Amino acid sequence: MAQITSADAPLIKAVGLRKVFPPAKRGGEPFTAVDGVDFELRRGEVFGFLGPNGAGKSSTMRMIGCVSPISGGELTILGMDPRVDSSRIKARLGVVPQEDSLDLELRVRENLLIYGRYFGLKRAEIAERTAELLEFVQLADRAESTVEPLSGGMKRRLTIARSLINSPEILILDEPTTGLDPQARHVVWDRLFRLKQAGTTLVLTTHYMDEAEQLCDRLVVMDHGRIAAEGSPRDLIERYSTREVLEIRFAPGSGDHESALAKAEGLIGTGERGSIDRLEELPDRILLYSDDGEAALAAVHGSGITPLASLVRRSSLEDVFLHLTGRTLVD
Amino acid sequence: MTTTELPLTRLLLGRRAFGPMGGAKAPVLIERNVLVYRRLWLMLASGFFEPVFYLLSIGVGLGKLTGAVDGVPYTDYVAPGLLAVSAMNGAVFDSTFNVFFKLKYGRIYDAMLATPLRVGDIALGEITWAQLRGLIYSAAFLAIMVVGGLVHSWWALLALPVTVLIGFAFGAVGMACTSFMRSWQDFDLVTLALMPMFLFSGAFYPLSVYSHWVRVLIETLPLYHGIDLLRSLTLGRVHVGLLWDVLYLVVMAGIGAVVAARRLERLLLT
Amino acid sequence: MAVEMPQPAATPMAARELQGLLTNYRRTWRASIFSSVLAPLMSLVALGMSLGKIVDAGPGAHTFGTVDGQPVKYLLFLAPALMANTAMQTAIGESTYPVMSAMKWQKTYHAAIASPLSAFDVYLGHVMFIGLRVLMNCGIFLGTMALFGAVEAAGPAGIGPLLALPAAVLTGLAFAAPVVAWAVLQERDTGFSVVFRFVMIPLFLFSGTFFPVSQLPALIRPLAYVTPLWHGVDLCRGLALGSATAGSVLLHVGYLAAVVIAGLWYGARTFRRRLNP
Repeated sequence: MAQITSADAPLIKAVGLRKVFPPAKRGGEPFTAVDGVDFELRRGEVFGFLGPNGAGKSSTMRMIGCVSPISGGELTILGMDPRVDSSRIKARLGVVPQEDSLDLELRVRENLLIYGRYFGLKRAEIAERTAELLEFVQLADRAESTVEPLSGGMKRRLTIARSLINSPEILILDEPTTGLDPQARHVVWDRLFRLKQAGTTLVLTTHYMDEAEQLCDRLVVMDHGRIAAEGSPRDLIERYSTREVLEIRFAPGSGDHESALAKAEGLIGTGERGSIDRLEELPDRILLYSDDGEAALAAVHGSGITPLASLVRRSSLEDVFLHLTGRTLVD
Repeated sequence: MTTTELPLTRLLLGRRAFGPMGGAKAPVLIERNVLVYRRLWLMLASGFFEPVFYLLSIGVGLGKLTGAVDGVPYTDYVAPGLLAVSAMNGAVFDSTFNVFFKLKYGRIYDAMLATPLRVGDIALGEITWAQLRGLIYSAAFLAIMVVGGLVHSWWALLALPVTVLIGFAFGAVGMACTSFMRSWQDFDLVTLALMPMFLFSGAFYPLSVYSHWVRVLIETLPLYHGIDLLRSLTLGRVHVGLLWDVLYLVVMAGIGAVVAARRLERLLLT
Repeated sequence: MAVEMPQPAATPMAARELQGLLTNYRRTWRASIFSSVLAPLMSLVALGMSLGKIVDAGPGAHTFGTVDGQPVKYLLFLAPALMANTAMQTAIGESTYPVMSAMKWQKTYHAAIASPLSAFDVYLGHVMFIGLRVLMNCGIFLGTMALFGAVEAAGPAGIGPLLALPAAVLTGLAFAAPVVAWAVLQERDTGFSVVFRFVMIPLFLFSGTFFPVSQLPALIRPLAYVTPLWHGVDLCRGLALGSATAGSVLLHVGYLAAVVIAGLWYGARTFRRRLNP
């Protein structure tokens, strides 16, 4: 019975976790990067931290990776305390940092070999895993290449291969596709998806909502070091947004934007077909949230608003984030 | 519980973020460096040739013209000085340029810390590697001195461990200084410290050419103590006063190591 | 109907490249001053003055030549040679990493040939810039030599030491022209440390700077005579001490000029190959 409970126990548990950086200058203000967050990671899931730059995602990841001491609260990883057992925890983690930290003085294969040696693995064992992993990240033909000439996408894939050398129980990825071109991002997503299918537990941070929607079973929305909401992508959209969104744009400087905003407010909660729940104003457009976007567009036309362009789409995590924080994710 | 922690690293540590500092896994760092330097063997070899070139030029070439210095042939006089300089240069180069590059640009220490390695493993591994390299150079140079008949006493056997002490003292202080450096510009200061020490600390001529106060000033510099020790050993002029030289270098190594370990932990584990 | 366009002469265009490099240099001069001026200056003080006391009293004091029947003091023997070495070290330093930086890292060469400058203009501009740097560093060195009493009036009208300055610049160019030409081909900087450690340091130590080449074993001596540095050292020393003859000056200047021209020929090819492939 005890074994069942331990299998059900969260792999990572954080309660009131805080990270405060000392002031950079004497007499300056300390900076609170993570301000009391609670979360649990369950075995086999893909768990995401979604938030803009500076939300505290990376600090949280570094605390999980045992390279940043926690400033307050509790953090338990694989049932251990990172302050005491950092080495033993790290032996069971795989880490893909935000910026590639490949060893440029070593070849591709040697990067995996030496990294495996850091984990105390045997050379024969590493050689076997290296062949599999390079195949997995499609770098088998580059095994004897130096690292420097590899493209950004290849380096990222090599970093992922390296993080898997110790067959980690948890794989931590800090913004795995930031800075990659669209094609390279899709390759990375595909590999991560395969890992998920194979049962690896993944924790990732991202400020791309499409990444979070594609990969995450469950995520938390972070802003200013706090958790604003938690759930599956679908849950969050259902809870914090409508089914559809109508975006309308106007010619800049015409004054139409402002007058339309006043008129559109009259369409909130009318109870008729095309009634809107709420609206958000962005510098270049107005977002109208409604369960029926086309009907909302008809209502907009009916009320005498004539947008320059309009678009009806399904709600996304971007809308959730906008609703929760009043800001867009990527600005 | 502290089986993975060496007593030395434990002694050196203050507040620690993550329990023991480690140190026992340092050999894998050496494994990495061997792999890297297998391809850079020419660079490795050049570290050996430089002092030999100086010995042949200043020691032998100019030495024929200077006559005896301090009661011995000039070549015999200069050789231990060059040995000390080479131990200093090797250790400082490794602990400043190399460490700074890995710290700031390579991020390879960050990668290492994502694995079970600890800061103590990294620091000890890097220092040990530098010492191993230095030890090979020193041994080869000493062998040349023996073959050339520049060694006057069996005490010279102790010169080898003394070069390691010199290397450790300069390496530790170098690494501590590196942890405070912000850009490559700061390395001019390293050269600015090394060059005058190399030229004025008595490697090439006795301090008796200086006035009293200059001599006192030179005697406060670490390289002077290294040279004094090695020269006394290879020329067989051993006396109790040499223990002061040893003490100076041991204290320097200790202070350097404490500062380096604490600073590295603060820099890497934020 | 083809109209013959007047081809801009290479020199004014190269001067533009030179101007660009000078502007950039205003930001980085401090670091290079140290390695190229302060270091030889300290050698002068430590070896010329302190070790010089021992050398002058030693049995070989007469080996360093005589002026007016008096043996030359070691300080005076060493100083002009160190000036030639300053020229070499400045030239090699400026011909390695800065060239790689302009070629690969900052890509300023590519920016330059996007303008009306040709590959040869870019090359010549860089070599001229290095010539100016050598002139500057050696000028500072000469001034400080005088402060330390390492200069004595010699030669025609007593201006021998001043004549050593253009000789040092020529020595610098004899290194800059071929090394820049070679450096532009390098993909990595590993070759540079080989040049520093296996070319520059042996030249510094064995080309007659610290003791006359006649002291070298007879087998090695011809090697020293082939190196541009020995010609530069002997030329600077002869001029500064007033011991040079018309024949020796002609020989050294001719040799160094030949090396510069060979370097320029080589550089014209390598730069064209790299910049206009």
